[in-house]
Amino acid sequence: MVQLTAREAFGAGVRQAVPIMFGYGPIGVAYGVLARQAGLTLAQTVAMSIFVYAGSSQFIAAGMLGAGAGFLPIVSTTLLVNLRHLLMSAALSPHLGGLRRSFLALFAFHITDETFALHSANLDRGPAHPWLLLGINLASYGTWVLSSLLGGLFGSILPDPARLGLDFALPAMFIALLVVQLKGPVHMLVGGAAGALSVVIALLLPGNWNVVLASILAAGLGLVVSTCKSRSS
Amino acid sequence: MQEPFILILAGMALVTYLTRVLPLLTLTEMRLPPLLLRWLSFIPVAVLGALLGPELLLEGGKLNFSIGNHHLLAALPSFIAAVKTRSLLWTVVAGMGAVVLLRSL
Repeated sequence: MVQLTAREAFGAGVRQAVPIMFGYGPIGVAYGVLARQAGLTLAQTVAMSIFVYAGSSQFIAAGMLGAGAGFLPIVSTTLLVNLRHLLMSAALSPHLGGLRRSFLALFAFHITDETFALHSANLDRGPAHPWLLLGINLASYGTWVLSSLLGGLFGSILPDPARLGLDFALPAMFIALLVVQLKGPVHMLVGGAAGALSVVIALLLPGNWNVVLASILAAGLGLVVSTCKSRSS
Repeated sequence: MQEPFILILAGMALVTYLTRVLPLLTLTEMRLPPLLLRWLSFIPVAVLGALLGPELLLEGGKLNFSIGNHHLLAALPSFIAAVKTRSLLWTVVAGMGAVVLLRSL
């Protein structure tokens, strides 16, 4: 492996994050618009992006704040929506053993669905340069904070992102990352089962349980099938 | 009575950060049993599948298998681009291009 300097690794991380930036830009703007419509000030709107940095829970919280909900319902809903981070953080942990705890504490703040997907694809190939991981994180975070500021400031005069196909940036990135991580029939089964279960759970259960439950069950299926395969051979 | 915004924000920030940092800080120090490690190794693919399924198949909370589902149709060229190029950028370009094309029809 070629040794990268910190600057080169950071730059490579930012470049890898370009699809995330495409995706977060319009969603961040939409969040900014919605939060202002719900009655949050510009400072409150942006502060939530800076300190919470979790898309779906911010949309939900802005709506609840606007409707006059209090501390407990908002904070417990936030916890529920973000429980899936536990799973992602746990899945990254076997790959990040050699790193300083202060680095891990900083790195953890920036785990999202999208950065997790990039990180796990990188770490799947072996240890990654810490600055590459930071580049991915800071490019994504910066885009989220800036775009929610733009949305909060300019709101509805910005162009419709769907016309540029930007609403498909993140799904397309997930497809690319899924394809490079499918290392055989068991992985394909797990990915397919997770997709199907997630759809079914989203249709049946209110709330945001589908990603957590489908991932736990599909990874369990992978474990069972791979164990049976290794026993029979 | 709604509590002050700053208090609610602090609560949201704290619980969200805890979900992100607790497993990372505790599990990196431990030797995990092989079965748990193997289960965790399936989590990335599972999470990706679980995120993609609803993106491609649900529209406004309902199943949409029709030709009018642009995300589902655009998944095909994206998938082909991903298999052929194994590049994030080209896959995203193919997918977004397909969506723009479909919307202009």
